Amino acid sequence: MDAEQRGAWPSITVSGASSSFLDYVSASNPGLLPFGRTLPAGTLPPTPHGTTIAALTFDGGVLMAGDRRATMGSMIANRHIEKVFPADRFSVLGIAGTAGIAIDIVRLFQVELEHYEKIEGTLLSLEGKANRLGAMIRANLPMALQGLSVVPVFAGVEAGASVGRLFSYDVTGGRYEELEHHSVGSGSVFARGALKKLWRPGMDKDAAVAVAVEALIDAADDDCATGGPDLIRKLWPVVYVVTDDGAQRVSSDILAAVVGTVVDRQTTERREA
Amino acid sequence: MSQQFYVSPEQMMKDRADFARKGIARGRSVVVLSYRDGIALVAENPSATLHKIGEIYDRIAFAAVGKYNEFESLRQAGVRYADVRGYSYDRSDVSARGLASVYAQSLGTVFTAEQKPFEVELAVAEVGAIQAQDHIFRLTFDGSIADESGYLAMGGNAELVQGQLRDLWQVGAGLEQALAWAVAALQKPRQDIAGAGGGPGADGLGAGNLEVAVLERNGHEVRGTHRAFKRLAPAEVEKILSSQGKA
Repeated sequence: MDAEQRGAWPSITVSGASSSFLDYVSASNPGLLPFGRTLPAGTLPPTPHGTTIAALTFDGGVLMAGDRRATMGSMIANRHIEKVFPADRFSVLGIAGTAGIAIDIVRLFQVELEHYEKIEGTLLSLEGKANRLGAMIRANLPMALQGLSVVPVFAGVEAGASVGRLFSYDVTGGRYEELEHHSVGSGSVFARGALKKLWRPGMDKDAAVAVAVEALIDAADDDCATGGPDLIRKLWPVVYVVTDDGAQRVSSDILAAVVGTVVDRQTTERREA
Repeated sequence: MSQQFYVSPEQMMKDRADFARKGIARGRSVVVLSYRDGIALVAENPSATLHKIGEIYDRIAFAAVGKYNEFESLRQAGVRYADVRGYSYDRSDVSARGLASVYAQSLGTVFTAEQKPFEVELAVAEVGAIQAQDHIFRLTFDGSIADESGYLAMGGNAELVQGQLRDLWQVGAGLEQALAWAVAALQKPRQDIAGAGGGPGADGLGAGNLEVAVLERNGHEVRGTHRAFKRLAPAEVEKILSSQGKA
């Protein structure tokens, strides 16, 4: 916000025109948006990228887990990055792709949902939230064509219901509902293989956490851009569970135990491949 | 061809102020008061959906009396202002003082420049880490702004309600106590009317015609959210009010 816009008070006449923060900012202050710039021709310098997100449904909700590594080419740019965020009380989103833009899109999406809730006095439906996220990813398409793509995965439960639902997106904002489980990012092929074999219908929350962590460990094993659990720094994946009680981050104590179990088993079995 | 009569600026402002005051006095009152664990906002409001009290931002709430469409548009503009500011700087950079001063600007401009002034009175409350850091701002139709300490009443019979609060309010009360004070203060004008005709207030204020919300001081630790605003359902209000009666 520059000096002359800072004092600008939203006009009374446009009040009530829209409940969308994205629409409001696009009209009044487009420079604040993470996307929508026309980039000059030329090659982009390397930027940090986030990688693997695994998401799966379980009995009573849905879960999302992300590793902690951001890479810039073959270099590790960050070991602590978080790629899974609560979107609001009943939904979470994870992002893969250009980290800088993705994190801003997450921030924008969080404000968008809260803004709607405050203006309207009610929550958006889960489908409504999924569609808004699609619109934001579509708005980022020009940037994606220049190499700055963001691919999210969205999960949540409808308030008052206890069935978890999963949505994936392509760079054009296309929205697809996924059943059972889904994964995005460079390690997703490996995570997906693991999820396919480990996911079972009717799992409880604890079983789902174990499956998600193991899927990420498998992805980290085969994809250099995905970080495995870091036993030295005590870095565990970021895991969020959404039930009808709301979205909750799984504590690091629980994750340490789950990681310990998987690592111990693989050590005892002396697995090679 | 009609000739415009000369009206002195003093007279014009006085007329406008009288007009706005009349509009506000028709409405029912709203009370905002600070207590040990937060700030309570209590309105006499029989409607369950047309709110007089609303959430603006993490630790900031809004209460209003007067014309619904006018204060609703101000509430929405406040939410937009706060969200844009929090998004472009940081959530901690949104303050009640900043919001109150833009409300004052906006109301002042409308009062002097528009066809008719807004018939509204607003309160902007921000809950602090301790009770001494709570802020309650009062904004009137002409854009004047006042920093109230501890409690505030506005709307019809505001002086009477405010006077009652002045007698009751003390630092460090719990929520039950604060709600009891708020209800007692809101009931005061009714009792006076009923008292003149004999007997206590015939239609007492119950949970059904109260709109109650709180800004929780430690909402982050209790509910794990950065949003301190919480609307209390009528059943909850009923429970709190009756527990006070037994104590």
